[in-house]
Amino acid sequence: MTTTEAAAAIRDGGAAGGAMAAGAAAGGGPGRGVPGAVRAVRRWGFLLRRLGFYAAAAAAAIVLNFLLPRLMPGDPSSAIVEELQRVSGQQVPPETLESIRGIFGDPDQNLGQQFVQYLGQLARFDLGVSVVNFPVPVSELVLEALPWTLLLVGTTTVLAFVLGTGLGVIAGWKAGSRLDSILTPLTAFLSSVPYFWVALLALWVFGFVLGWFPLSGGYDANLAEGFNLPFLASVLHYGALPAATIVFSAFGGWLLGMRNMTVTTVREDYVLLAQAKGLSRGRVILRYAARNAMLPSFTGFAMALGGVIGGALLTETVFSYPGIGYLLFESLNKRDYPMMQGVFLIVTLATLLANLLADSLYVVLDPRIREAG
Amino acid sequence: MVTQIVRDADRTGTGRTGINLTGARSVSGDVLEVTGLGVEYVTDGDPVRACAEVTFTLRRGEILGVAGESGSGKSTLITALTRLQRPPAVTTAGSIVFHPRDGGPAVDLVAASPKELRALRWTSLSIVLQSAMDALNPVMRLGAQFADALRTHDRSLSRDAAWARAAELLATVGISGDRVRSYPHELSGGMRQRASIALALACRPELVVMDEPTTAVDVVMQRQILAQVLRLRRELGFAVVFVTHDLSLLLELADRIAIMYAGRVVELGTADEIYDDPRHPYTRGLRDSFPPLRAPLRRLTGIPGTPPDLRRPPSGCPFHPRCALRFEGCDTHLPELVDAGGHAVACRLYDAADGGMADVGLPARTADGTEGRAERRIEDGIERRAEHRTEGGAR
Repeated sequence: MTTTEAAAAIRDGGAAGGAMAAGAAAGGGPGRGVPGAVRAVRRWGFLLRRLGFYAAAAAAAIVLNFLLPRLMPGDPSSAIVEELQRVSGQQVPPETLESIRGIFGDPDQNLGQQFVQYLGQLARFDLGVSVVNFPVPVSELVLEALPWTLLLVGTTTVLAFVLGTGLGVIAGWKAGSRLDSILTPLTAFLSSVPYFWVALLALWVFGFVLGWFPLSGGYDANLAEGFNLPFLASVLHYGALPAATIVFSAFGGWLLGMRNMTVTTVREDYVLLAQAKGLSRGRVILRYAARNAMLPSFTGFAMALGGVIGGALLTETVFSYPGIGYLLFESLNKRDYPMMQGVFLIVTLATLLANLLADSLYVVLDPRIREAG
Repeated sequence: MVTQIVRDADRTGTGRTGINLTGARSVSGDVLEVTGLGVEYVTDGDPVRACAEVTFTLRRGEILGVAGESGSGKSTLITALTRLQRPPAVTTAGSIVFHPRDGGPAVDLVAASPKELRALRWTSLSIVLQSAMDALNPVMRLGAQFADALRTHDRSLSRDAAWARAAELLATVGISGDRVRSYPHELSGGMRQRASIALALACRPELVVMDEPTTAVDVVMQRQILAQVLRLRRELGFAVVFVTHDLSLLLELADRIAIMYAGRVVELGTADEIYDDPRHPYTRGLRDSFPPLRAPLRRLTGIPGTPPDLRRPPSGCPFHPRCALRFEGCDTHLPELVDAGGHAVACRLYDAADGGMADVGLPARTADGTEGRAERRIEDGIERRAEHRTEGGAR
């Protein structure tokens, strides 16, 4: 049964009940407004179904994350044992083997048992131990890198969205104006330049040639970490260049999307009517044109927010920025399987969470979705 | 026509404003004076003249119908009158003088600044658009769409008071007040259209421009909506410019009717005059394309051909290529709208004569006649009329 059917059933039931209670005099006759309770059920019903879908997706992600490394030939324990044997040139003693299997898992163990054990670890946010940075737990490394990524990629994603969308509305509102005819093609050109090229060029020009910005890292290593002015200033200084390159490359996409949506929305009759009502220009643009034109962009924005946790792999690699992306890059280089697995899981869950958030907010932003979804 | 009932009912109420037509035109009785209005669409090539030399006067509380085929310039006229046109449409000539109810200074809407226009919008001049589905913002509650208009023009109005007023306004068109919390998609098509009308009346305007507000609804709803428009007009006294392609509907609803062809007003008269005595061959063609409900049966005829390309309008009278009654000179001389006792027509058949000539009916094309030989045309006309009658009687 779909929500609409359910809501209809509830409405019919409710109307009948109301009629019974109030007598024949004042039932919910036709043409009456949909009762608030039914509307709430519709909205929450929609959200609950979405929630169910995302729970299922998260479960699938966890199972896959568990299965994939175990389906691949070889396992972390054997890899480490082989590595030790190759380095030392002799048989690994049984007690060492035992402790390695204790940390990285016993390949001979039953799959079901392993899964139960894995779930138990997950519940304690135990993602295993990094092979490269042995014996630092993966969760600790992830938590350390997370703030940097959130700071850099999070702020730049929001900034690029706000900047691109804002300029897009202006360009779209007066399509064909001088601003539009300069900004739009220029942006189209700029956003087609490959990101790694922009990042490398910026690093070379502003970091190496001009020396305005540091070449790598997230902060000045000579300063003590903490909430003090010199440290925060160094964070800004180190983050400026990678942040600028991200905004530079990302805002164009938002601008073009928003501009085109605005151009079509401005032609809508309700925008014309808003002007006819004598509303101020700002109100017409914000409440009628931009508000409605932003709906598709908003979906993209929520997806982008989900991707923030994954970090900007290229940015963090080029600028050696200590975020999740750099962590992943390093672990890929050094085949740090527990590390990769942990990062993948976190990124997957974050993406799902962001999408859930987007879906929920979309219900608030676009009332038509409630019935149609 | 279902709407017949509506009009008859209304007639007993206020009565038609027919007296005004022949009576002296007092300036205070006019709400809008449109003079020589010209609108062009700027293109890379020749400009498209969508409206040319449009002139009419709208009296207080009057319903003026504007009828014409697609591409006749009706919609262009609406956006020009309300100053809502967007590029590439440009008003190139004329004036639209608005006379406020309170006796304030007259405003030429063409020359008014955006700020002056904003102040007039909705409080004096509002609009009902063709498709109510598209005219209401789909993501805003009905109440909010009323409230922003109300509060823009009355800064002292609180949010709650504005929503309460919105509920009252909905009630005037027969929509339950609790619908203010609804979104447009939660209403039926007829309800949305009625809500649009209530919205247009929110700030008690003196003039409401309606763009085919009943085309998207069925005939029963159409009748209800028109009855409501007439009732509200009686109660609130606003004037209406009602634009539609449906002449039959206007004959039931409007006090006076303007017929547009190729961006020009070709005939302007009372509804009765247009129905009983259409003068322009085009008007006659329009009238004869739908069957009368009560009058004796007539032969139904369409108008051959298609509306002209406004980038390259025909020389002379724009209707001459489709006109069965054209005669020498129609392809070179553009007839002006000549007022004869309130019933104006732009056709060379009536050029040379005074108002009395209108009684003659439609003269026929002269085979060999030269221009200005009015008597000859009149004789032919009488003959032709007689033919027409026999034809009709034989059927």
